Amino acid sequence: MKKVVTGNEALAYGAKIARAEVIPAYPITPQTTVVEKIADFMADGEMKAKYIKVESEHSAMAACIAASNAGARTFTATSAHGLTLMHELLFWASGARLPIVMGNINRAMGPPWSVWADHLDSIAQRDTGWMQFYCENNQEVLDTVIQAYKICEDKDILLPAFINEDAFYLSHTSELVDIPDQERVDEFLPPYELQLKLDIDNPMGFGSLVMPEWYMEFRYKIAEAMDRSRKKIQQVSKEFNKMFGRSYEMLDLYRCEDAEAVFIAVGTMASTAKEVVDTMRKEGKDVGVARLRVFRPFPVDEIRELAKTVDFIGVMDRSYSFGYGGAIFSEIKAALYNSDYKPIVKDYIVGLGGKDVTPKVLEKIFTDGLKVRTKGLKDKEIEWIGVKGLGGW
Amino acid sequence: MLLPKVIAMIEIRFHGRGGQGAVVASKLLAQAAFLEDNDVQSFPYFGVERRGAPVTAFTKIDKRPIRIKSQIYEPDYVIVLDPSLMNAVDVAHGLKKNGLILINSNKKPEKFNLPAKRIATVDATSIAIAHRLGSKHAPIVNSAILGAFSKASKIVKLSSLINSILEISPAKKEENAAAAKEAYEKVTVVENV
Amino acid sequence: MFKTYEDLPLTPITNVSSRTNKTGLWRTFKPVIDYEKCIKCYICWKFCPDVAIIINDFPQIDYDYCKGCGICANECPKNAITMEKEE
Repeated sequence: MKKVVTGNEALAYGAKIARAEVIPAYPITPQTTVVEKIADFMADGEMKAKYIKVESEHSAMAACIAASNAGARTFTATSAHGLTLMHELLFWASGARLPIVMGNINRAMGPPWSVWADHLDSIAQRDTGWMQFYCENNQEVLDTVIQAYKICEDKDILLPAFINEDAFYLSHTSELVDIPDQERVDEFLPPYELQLKLDIDNPMGFGSLVMPEWYMEFRYKIAEAMDRSRKKIQQVSKEFNKMFGRSYEMLDLYRCEDAEAVFIAVGTMASTAKEVVDTMRKEGKDVGVARLRVFRPFPVDEIRELAKTVDFIGVMDRSYSFGYGGAIFSEIKAALYNSDYKPIVKDYIVGLGGKDVTPKVLEKIFTDGLKVRTKGLKDKEIEWIGVKGLGGW
Repeated sequence: MLLPKVIAMIEIRFHGRGGQGAVVASKLLAQAAFLEDNDVQSFPYFGVERRGAPVTAFTKIDKRPIRIKSQIYEPDYVIVLDPSLMNAVDVAHGLKKNGLILINSNKKPEKFNLPAKRIATVDATSIAIAHRLGSKHAPIVNSAILGAFSKASKIVKLSSLINSILEISPAKKEENAAAAKEAYEKVTVVENV
Repeated sequence: MFKTYEDLPLTPITNVSSRTNKTGLWRTFKPVIDYEKCIKCYICWKFCPDVAIIINDFPQIDYDYCKGCGICANECPKNAITMEKEE
């Protein structure tokens, strides 16, 4: 059934048709309408779940952990300061191997206080052991919720995932979304069954102390599972495509085969960038866009494969790590260091705090990239785009 | 045939104040255009999410899939839900050459001094109050202004708009539909102001 | 027992009760109750951090688990509990 829905409604529909059973939630702009919509579904009798109102995001994740450990399919959503308040418990969820799925609305970290799009909140959770997906439209948001449960709950994986959507550009933007039939989703996504769960008839202690002799061994198991998740993400995407006719790649390549310069984009910026690529191609400028859909696990092989055919990779980071550069820029450079192909890599810091990434801005970046490709990087490896007073843009 | 052949994307910008229904208006219009087999996108730009604060909302309509995820800077249409905003906000900013501005006002279009050739007015406030939408002091004018927009722009048929209102309007569906119909009849459009 | 990381359960769990871990061996002093002085107020039972005091009309120390912390002796309002060196 096609409906015009916002990204936040798409998350709520995703939780509903994935039959999430426990929803611990604490509201924060611009996430609030996700959990409001879920509350509506429950009030209207369309969704059967336990809704837990908590006093903070830290508690929301604590409740998710307990519910998931008891064997319930668990969903929550948050944003920015809420996500970072959860930080400690994000480690717990992955270490306890709990397949929690969460929506995160990418919003800037204050101060300056801002409710608008920025990826720093989620990028800063890089090392928490969660899979991270970034969506470019509302259809993908909904589809990724369903896929994420299937990936996370696989017995070879058992790790949590969060699904990112840009504040307002997706969260509050209404678009056409095809909402799959419940029966078909049920067929695709079997009920959640956890082997080791809280059980009053068979009591166990969870998250026990481990002496130094065995700590690394447990962490290595997580590392292996996260590595296995690359294949699992692809496999689930194929199965999803067979059933619903939509497929998603970890690195979504758009007109990259014959491109002279390729630009890495994340989230909604990628959608605009594809339109700009088409426009510039008509003018004979051979540019392409590679949309990084999955940040963790990082698609190392795909990046190395892409590097074989291009001389220039421009990375558009919607976040910045003070003291170095954009995180995606550093990761891409790291992925290429031990590879035989090393294109020039330049970082464009763009769109922080919701600064609009318009087709005009992207066209300027792409034109700059084509120039750097022939003339070399010189001194500007990292450039902030659109900052008043910096000039040139 | 009311619907003109859509070749390029049509972009509509709404100016209102928090609580007047500009955001819902942008959604209602998108839904109506979707019912006529278009791809659509609508979204708000909030300054502060507070009643009374200026709010901008956008609707994009296209026969092709809409991929551009950024604000509208050169709208084909501007809809002003509250004329008092025009003292504070340059509502005509970036308006295309043949663009149209629709204003919620009981004045005639000629009375406005705006850099636009096509201006339309409708007294959506009185219509909303007559249909008991919102309160007397804070009427919700979105359904009325959209009815006027349907007539003035011919972008969506009135019937599609009514269906959209009946489907997704959060409250008082019948009253909103009636207000849209009334405004459709009452709007005044002046070309070459 | 476990030989490699592959033998480990998915996540660190304790699947045996802590009853199997008799912490009484950690003790250097043991509490001894003088039942002549005991008034059955059960304050010792309330304060014992290891649930090692059992109420059986009078309180009794469960020496399998008592770690000898001495909190009970400290809290007893009648000084009915003394800490004696383990032999």
